[in-house]
Amino acid sequence: MNADYLELSDVRVSFDGFLAVDGVSMTVLQGDLRFLIGPNGAGKTTLVDAITGLAPATGSVRFGRTELLGRKVHRIARLGIGRTFQTASVFEELTVLQNLDIAAGAGRGPLTLLRARSAVPDAVAEALETVGLSARRDEKAGVLAHGQKQWLEIGMLLVQNSRVLLLDEPVAGMSGEEREQTGELLRRVGAERTVVVVEHDMDFMRTFADSVTVLHAGKVLSEGTVAQVQADEGVQEVYLGEAATRKALAAVAEQEGE
Amino acid sequence: MSAIPARLKGNTGVLLGFVVGALALLVLAPAVLSDFRLSLLGRFVCYAIVAVGIGLAWGRGGMLTLGQGVFFGLGAYVMAMHMKLDDAGPGGVPDFMQLYGSGEVPGWWEPFRSPVVTLVSVIAIPALVALVLGTAIFRRRVRGAYFAILSQALAAAFAILLIGQQATIGGTNGLNGFRSFFGFNLFDPVNKRMLFYLAAVTLLVVLLIVWQLYRSRYGELLVAVRDQEERVRFLGYDPATVKTVAYVLAAAMAGVAGALFVPIVGIISPANVGVVPSIAFLIGVAIGGRTTLFGPALGAIAVAWAQTTFSESFPSFWTYFQGALFVFVVAFLPGGLASVGGLLRRRKAIEPAPVVAKEGAPA
Ligand SMILES: Nc1ncnc2c1ncn2[C@@H]1O[C@H](COP(=O)(O)OP(=O)(O)OP(=O)(O)O)[C@@H](O)[C@H]1O
Ligand SMILES: [Mg+2]
Repeated sequence: MNADYLELSDVRVSFDGFLAVDGVSMTVLQGDLRFLIGPNGAGKTTLVDAITGLAPATGSVRFGRTELLGRKVHRIARLGIGRTFQTASVFEELTVLQNLDIAAGAGRGPLTLLRARSAVPDAVAEALETVGLSARRDEKAGVLAHGQKQWLEIGMLLVQNSRVLLLDEPVAGMSGEEREQTGELLRRVGAERTVVVVEHDMDFMRTFADSVTVLHAGKVLSEGTVAQVQADEGVQEVYLGEAATRKALAAVAEQEGE
Repeated sequence: MSAIPARLKGNTGVLLGFVVGALALLVLAPAVLSDFRLSLLGRFVCYAIVAVGIGLAWGRGGMLTLGQGVFFGLGAYVMAMHMKLDDAGPGGVPDFMQLYGSGEVPGWWEPFRSPVVTLVSVIAIPALVALVLGTAIFRRRVRGAYFAILSQALAAAFAILLIGQQATIGGTNGLNGFRSFFGFNLFDPVNKRMLFYLAAVTLLVVLLIVWQLYRSRYGELLVAVRDQEERVRFLGYDPATVKTVAYVLAAAMAGVAGALFVPIVGIISPANVGVVPSIAFLIGVAIGGRTTLFGPALGAIAVAWAQTTFSESFPSFWTYFQGALFVFVVAFLPGGLASVGGLLRRRKAIEPAPVVAKEGAPA
C-alpha cells in the first residue's frame, strides 16, 4: 500500500486583489505530523479553506493523484479530506452520539437514512473510545466543555474516514493537561493519516511536531524540523518580538505565582 | 443515565398522543359535534395537515416557508378540476366555462377527468414543483429571510396568476358548486361525515410519517443542517439535497390537504391560497411549537377554531388578537406553547433541591 500525501503547488487565494495566500507550495506525507504556524493573518486558515474548497484558489492541491481545487466542498470531504474549525463547530442540539453518527453517514443510502439508528456503529463506538467521550455519549454536544468539543470534532473526522486531517488551532483555550492529551491523540491518529495542525502555541508545537511550515504574509517563510525552523533567521525575525513578549510575560507570571 | 429507557419513555408519550388524538378525532368529535361543526373541524384538520409539513420544513429544517399556499392550492385546484369535470359528466363542460369561456374544455384540463391521474397529481404536482424550486433555491444557498420573502412572493404570484384566468380556472371566484366526490353525493350528510373521517385519518397518517422522519437518521441530519448548514458540507453531505427532501415532503402534505379541503369546504379560490392564508398556516405552527411533533397540528386547529369562534362575535378584534398572540409567542416563547410544559418541568427540577436538603434554609 502506498502512503498518502498532500501536495500543494503555487496555491494562491485572492480577496479582491489582496493575496491572503501567495504562492504556497508544500508536501505533507502520511505519518508526518505537520504543524503550520505563523503570526495572525498569515493566511493559515485561508490555506485550509482553499484545500477544503471553501475559498476559491488557483494553483494545484493534490491528494495523491486527485486534484482537489475546483471541486465542491462536500465532494472534497468525500474524497477523504476532513477539517476542524478555529471555533469548535459541533451540532449543539444533537447528542455526542448523533454528531458522530452523522459524520459517519455521508455514504448512507436513502433507506438507511429514513430508519432510526438501531445500534451504535462500530466505527462510532471506536471513535468514542479514542477521543475519550464514551461516558458522555448521550449528552447534547452543546453542554460539553470547550476541549471536549474539539475532541468530538476530531472524532467526527475519524468516523468520517478522513485520510487527511486539517486541524485549525485544536488546542486553543485548552488547559495544559488537555493539550497533552490532545497531542497524544494526534500522534495516535496521525500515524496512518496525513495531518496538518495549525497552531499558535509554540510549546505544543515543539512537543508534538514532526515537521513545521512557517507561513508569513501568505508565503512560506521556512520549512523543516522544529530545530531547523527555530534556527531560521527569517522566522526569528517574525517571531522574535512575539517570543520576547511571551518570555517576559511568563517570567512575570512565574514571579507572581511564587 | 442510559438512553434506551429515555427513548422508550419518549415513544410511550408519542404513542399516547396518537391514541388520544385518534380517539378525539374519530370517536369524540363525531359524537358531540353537529354536522356543521364537524365539517368545520374537517376544514381545520386540513390546515393541520399543512401545519405538520411546515413543522417539518421550518421547525426541523429551518426553512421559514411563507408560501405553502402554493402547494395547498395546487393540490386543491387539481382536485377541484377533477370534481368539476366529474360533475359535468363524460365529455361534458364545467358550468363556469360555458359562462365565461369558449365553451370548450382546455386541453390541459383533460387528464384530470381520470380519477387515478387526479389522485397521483394531488401529490406529484406539488412535490415536483417543490423539487424544482427547492433545488434551484437551496443550490444557490438562498436561506433565512431571503428564502421566506421568496416563498411569499411565490404565493403572491400564484394567486395573481389564478385571478387572471377567469375563463379556464374561475378567476377570483375560483372553483365551486361541486355536487359529487368520486361518485359520492356531497349533499348527503353521511358522505360529509366520511370526508371528515378521511381528513382525520390522513392527518394521523401524516403525523406518523413525520414521527418516523424525526426518529430517523434523516431527522437528525435535518436538524444538523438547520443549525449548521456549512458544517454539514465538510462532512460530505450536500445540504441542498437534505433540505429539498423536507421541502418536497411538506409540499406534498400541503397538496393532500388542499385536495381534502375542496370537497369538505366546497370551494377553492385565490383567496384560499395567496399570501394571507400562507401566513395564517404559519401562525398555528409557531403558536403550537414548530419543532414538536403534535404542536403544529394542535396549534393550527386551535388558531382556526379560535378564529371562527371569535370572528363570529368580534370580527375585527380577532385580527389584532391573532397578531398580538403571534408576536408574543415569537418574542417570549420561541418554542411555542408546547415548550411551556418543558419550561415548567425545568423550573421544578431546579426547585426541589432545598426540599431534599431538609436542614437547608428555604430560598
Ligand atoms: N473572506 C475574507 N475576505 C477578505 N479578507 C480575508 C478573508 N478571510 C481572510 N482574510 C484576510 O486574509 C488574511 C489571512 O487570514 P487568515 O484567517 O487565513 O489568517 P490566519 O493565519 O488564520 O490568522 P489567525 O492566526 O489569526 O487565525 C488576513 O489578513 C485576513 O484579514
Ligand atoms: Mg486562522
